[in-house]
Amino acid sequence: MRPADRAFLLLAAGICAFALCFVDAARLRAVAGADEAERTRLVAQLRLTDLALFTEARYTRHPSQADLHSAFQDHPLALEHFPTGSLIAPPAGLAKVGAGDTAK
Amino acid sequence: MKLWLAKQRYLIDFTLASLARRKTRNLGLLLVYTLLVFMLASVTLYTHALRQEAARVLAASPEVIVQRMVAGRHDLIPPGYMEKIGRIRGVQKMEGRLWGYYYDAVTKANYTFMVPAGNPPAAGEIVVGPALERSRGLAKDNGISFRSYSGKLHTFIVADVLPQASELVSADLVLMSEQNFRAFFDYPVGHYTDIALSVANPQEVRNVAVKLGAALPDARPILRDEVLRTYASIYDWREGIVLALLSAAILAFGILAWEKASGLSAEEKREIGILKAIGWETGDVIKMKFWEGLLISLTAFLAGFVAAYVHVFHFAASLFEPVLKGWAVLYPRFQLTPHIDGLQVATLFFFTVVPYAAAVLVPIWKAAITDPDSVMRS
Repeated sequence: MRPADRAFLLLAAGICAFALCFVDAARLRAVAGADEAERTRLVAQLRLTDLALFTEARYTRHPSQADLHSAFQDHPLALEHFPTGSLIAPPAGLAKVGAGDTAK
Repeated sequence: MKLWLAKQRYLIDFTLASLARRKTRNLGLLLVYTLLVFMLASVTLYTHALRQEAARVLAASPEVIVQRMVAGRHDLIPPGYMEKIGRIRGVQKMEGRLWGYYYDAVTKANYTFMVPAGNPPAAGEIVVGPALERSRGLAKDNGISFRSYSGKLHTFIVADVLPQASELVSADLVLMSEQNFRAFFDYPVGHYTDIALSVANPQEVRNVAVKLGAALPDARPILRDEVLRTYASIYDWREGIVLALLSAAILAFGILAWEKASGLSAEEKREIGILKAIGWETGDVIKMKFWEGLLISLTAFLAGFVAAYVHVFHFAASLFEPVLKGWAVLYPRFQLTPHIDGLQVATLFFFTVVPYAAAVLVPIWKAAITDPDSVMRS
């Protein structure tokens, strides 16, 4: 077999594997449908607002419900001490306010 | 067409033979290139799937949650508050929610105690989340005691465990009756943690929030849209942090690829000179190098993307999981459902394949238009 044909075969195999990723994604979505319905049902039934990902503090357990000061609850200049808290984005408006103050 | 195809095949034959002459260098480049695509694709696939998961699951959360704020902090909803909200036009339904946190010194983790709206457990019984079941070694009909904040010990029987499939939203939940909840936290009668509202017309949600702010200045309405945006921004931020950490690797690869693609070695220049001297046209030389760039970058993209897909959705993204998922004592076990964003894949393709394929062409074009004799002598 010529080198060009071997290269085309290799690329064709790569493209097939790439396309198979999308097929596999659709298959896994179909398999996970029942579990997802269960999660959605529980969220609606219990009126839940957050994912139970980070349970170490109240503002990381329910980031959407926490007040803006909760990460600095010990004193105004307290540094965030939970690993998750340090990886959650600050509120979008806060950076703009900070920039404005510096400009003044 | 047949002639054109035959010509391209000969060009590719020659390109592959030329690549094979510098086998170690080109294989090294292909490996690093594939690794880079693998890392970028893993991060984007993982964060997109997490964002989608949060958006789909939380789409069923309450339309508006009303909190009461005192001195900038979340406070209890007092009696009479719900009646004032009920007078606001557009509010279809409202329910006071009862929930709170409990720190368990045994597992050193926080639990979320909650009273379900419908079908609550009987007095003295609780329903627990799957992560709590694991961490405390509980099973149905077991007894468990919690010391309340007033110092009293309360014993409950586990009536049921929430389904494993719901762990992403229920890992740390402890569901109990209203009577048990109020007794455990010494909650005053008629007070609630917050209020869940549903609005008759979904288009009016924002207006209702504005009216709420006017009628109850100490109220803080949290819309479902804001909840969804919070989760989108959490994963945007995390994706950004990982990409920032990877930026050094991306830059290093950029320098390597640019050096390889833009600077021709003396051997390559000699090769081009010989090709021109034996009658190759400038266009043929450029086409040959174009095939070289395309074969390397396309192979790296396909191999990197497929490896990233398998890594994220079949091996639970074990390499990036600690940074992207976060950390907690009671971390839920869940399998991400794959959602591949076509636009993200196209962007990744554009920024990984196109620059390399283009970068190889400029120096080749420069070398190919110069006189073969001077190219061979230089």
